[in-house]
Amino acid sequence: MWLDLQDVARYFGTRKAVDGLSLRLERGSIGCLLGPSGCGKTTALRCIAGFEPVTAGSISAHGRILADADRFVPPELRRIGMVFQDYALFPHLNAADNVAFGLHRLSASDRVRRATQMLEAVGLADYHTHYPHQLSGGQQQRVALARALAPEPELILLDEPFSSLDVELRERLSIEVREILKSLNATALLVTHDQQEAFAMADAIGVMKDGRLEQWDTPYELYHRPATRFVADFVGQGVFLGGQVIEHGAVQTEVGVMRIDGNGAWKAGDRVDLLLRPDDVIHDDASTLRAEVCQRAFRGAEFLYTLRMSGGARLLSLVPSHHNHQIGEMIGIRIEPDHVVAFARDE
Amino acid sequence: MTTHRSPDGSRFSSSTVFVVAVCLPALIPLAAIVVAAFSPETEIWSHLARYILPEVIRNTLLLTVGVALLAGSLGTALGWLTAMCEFPGRRFFEWALLLPLAIPAYVLAFVAVGFLDFSGPLQTWIRAVTGTSNWFPAIRTGGGAVIVLSLATYPYVYLLARSAFLTQGRRALEAAQSLGLGRAAATWRVALPMARPWIAAGIALVCMETLADFGAVSVFNYNTFTTAIYRAWAGMFSVNAALELAGVLMVFVLIVLAVERKSRAVARFSSSRDTSRDAPRMQLHGPSRVVALAACLIVFLLAFALPFAQLLLWMAKHMGRDLDARYFGFAARSLLLAGSAAIVIVSASVLLAYVLRRKETRFAHIVIRAATMGYAIPGTVLAIGILVPVISLNNVLQSALRSWLGDSAPTLMLHGTLLTVLAAYLARFLAVGFNPIESGLQRITHNIDEAAIGLGSVGRQLVRRVHLPLLKTSLTSAATLVFVDVMKEMPITLITRPVGWETLATRIFEMTSEGDWERAALPAVAIVLAGLIPVALLTRRGSNVA
Repeated sequence: MWLDLQDVARYFGTRKAVDGLSLRLERGSIGCLLGPSGCGKTTALRCIAGFEPVTAGSISAHGRILADADRFVPPELRRIGMVFQDYALFPHLNAADNVAFGLHRLSASDRVRRATQMLEAVGLADYHTHYPHQLSGGQQQRVALARALAPEPELILLDEPFSSLDVELRERLSIEVREILKSLNATALLVTHDQQEAFAMADAIGVMKDGRLEQWDTPYELYHRPATRFVADFVGQGVFLGGQVIEHGAVQTEVGVMRIDGNGAWKAGDRVDLLLRPDDVIHDDASTLRAEVCQRAFRGAEFLYTLRMSGGARLLSLVPSHHNHQIGEMIGIRIEPDHVVAFARDE
Repeated sequence: MTTHRSPDGSRFSSSTVFVVAVCLPALIPLAAIVVAAFSPETEIWSHLARYILPEVIRNTLLLTVGVALLAGSLGTALGWLTAMCEFPGRRFFEWALLLPLAIPAYVLAFVAVGFLDFSGPLQTWIRAVTGTSNWFPAIRTGGGAVIVLSLATYPYVYLLARSAFLTQGRRALEAAQSLGLGRAAATWRVALPMARPWIAAGIALVCMETLADFGAVSVFNYNTFTTAIYRAWAGMFSVNAALELAGVLMVFVLIVLAVERKSRAVARFSSSRDTSRDAPRMQLHGPSRVVALAACLIVFLLAFALPFAQLLLWMAKHMGRDLDARYFGFAARSLLLAGSAAIVIVSASVLLAYVLRRKETRFAHIVIRAATMGYAIPGTVLAIGILVPVISLNNVLQSALRSWLGDSAPTLMLHGTLLTVLAAYLARFLAVGFNPIESGLQRITHNIDEAAIGLGSVGRQLVRRVHLPLLKTSLTSAATLVFVDVMKEMPITLITRPVGWETLATRIFEMTSEGDWERAALPAVAIVLAGLIPVALLTRRGSNVA
């Protein structure tokens, strides 16, 4: 295992910033810690980088223990590169010197060659002599990435790497950065609060809440089979539809009986909430199941309708935008989920 | 949204004339020096070049380079220690190391000489115990002047270097660590180079102070440009020689000024956006703790505590005799000058700042920039620069009067009036008042004006209900800074004052030029106490930022 965290905890006094965090990352893969601000994801990253000690648990990379209760490898000896949220480029050095900064063990000519090669890899071959203040936000970001990658670290950490860029650039750059990392076969872990960014970049995503890891999974599984209510709520849109278990694997709801995924330990009579994503609710004029449009949000290619069932349940539905319905109109819908995930009823 | 700028950018509108009029006292000395520099009198020049310039240039260069090196390293090292490290007493020294700003260099100089010289208490005691003090190094030398001026001026570097270290944040150091550098290496390769523009700006300020210093080098009998200018005027009665010397000194000043401007421009680009968290301080252990504490303590003792204590002792010794009506006269005149200078300069600054805000023409901008250059120009230069044209004007008026009234015409003495003194102060300290007021006014955006106007506050009401409350702190700090600077000022007062007019500062000059160090203490204590006010303002502002 390339990166291995076991029960890592970091307490600040009595506050548990990170608590019992375990995760593994394979060589060449890109992981992501996703969560709202204050969930402990940045602290976890700083523990891995060596800027924070761990209170309990252990961090190892490539079989070497980096930190546990008694051992602590200082950050400069960890061979872990880091891209900071504000890039932290050295303002007194130009792009090439920034990239060459961590290559102090190489000879001068090797340093120049490597810096050139890295700047080319991030598409900034013509910007060697530019100083950070002469570069745009996206260019600064790529210099920071090249600088972190230049010494060939065993692992690269990215702290909210796109948060200071505007939205359009963010999307384009996250795909570009993923391609750069993949082409160099780098192992990377990023933290972000933006799920689009996480989905675009990562092979595996861990959702964190209050210092704990709620789920560590592929983006697809995270969206379709969330392990906890929090993950279901935080990742993607959706509604919880109340129901009652009638037999093993079947739940009676206001919109009919639905078969639920997995063999959750539900007994008949248990009250549960089912997660329905907007793409699980399909508009079909022929359907007998009718719902009233209460809100509509136009998104260009599609409408996101908020629907009310006769029994009061609310649903979200993503509908191609040529189906233009007014608020108050009754429309026909079908429920066609690939997977239905059930959670204990929130009392 | 429209801004209130009149569309015509005509150059000689009433406001431009107004700006030039207000700036005139500050522009006259500049013009006088430029004119003199381009019309040298060959006789004076050859005398200066042969007898005066070689020594003066050598001394000034040695002094400036020495002080730049010593004050630069002291300020940088102490700033780094208190910004980046944790050791016992760190919180105290953070502000205590600024206290030397309250002691003018000439006061520190006469205390040092009075205490350490052959007849001073230290050597007297050494002789009483060991029989001889011949081995004791000579004090009134260039080296002594370097040390004293460094102890008096290092706080400029300390202040700027420290804030550079504090604001560069920990992110840059962490980035260096994640690239494989240990903390010590990261300090050398990242923290120090990133702080370099600020350190350079601080050293440039130190150089300006050193080039401008008149009082301290006089005490040390160390002949530099400022003392040569004073002697040319007071001793040789040659205003023209003084003016030529001033012109040469201006070359040095302009070089330093260029370095300062350049470093500030670089510093702007180098500021980090990471101000979110305080960098964790490096915890010092064992011997390094002792060294850090000792370094701070020694500088604090030498630059502030010991000289101040010595001043108080000397003051106590002579108070019975010297604390009389004459002394109160010195104090009253100092207060009168400082108070009127504060009023004049703050009013001028407010007017200029409003003109600039209402209608910013290039021409007005250039005029104001030139007029606020005085902070970099030595007081002796400005004093001579203003005196020469005033004396010429006086002579012209006098001969006009003579030809009109004959022998019964009264004798004019324009150059010996308080107006000349105030004009010279305006030239020297306009920037001190203008900068805080302009930046205060800049924070009041035109949108704020428009919001107030939209709510019915126009004209005088707008100024009274919106601008004045927002500008209050800027106005008071501008007035305080000017007031204290004028209290401390020595060469301008000495050269331009009315005959027989003694202030606290000129009294100190008189006593120290007679070698009567102890009796200079009483007026010096008053000046130091006044000097503590801006230091207190500075430390309070600093703690607000942190």
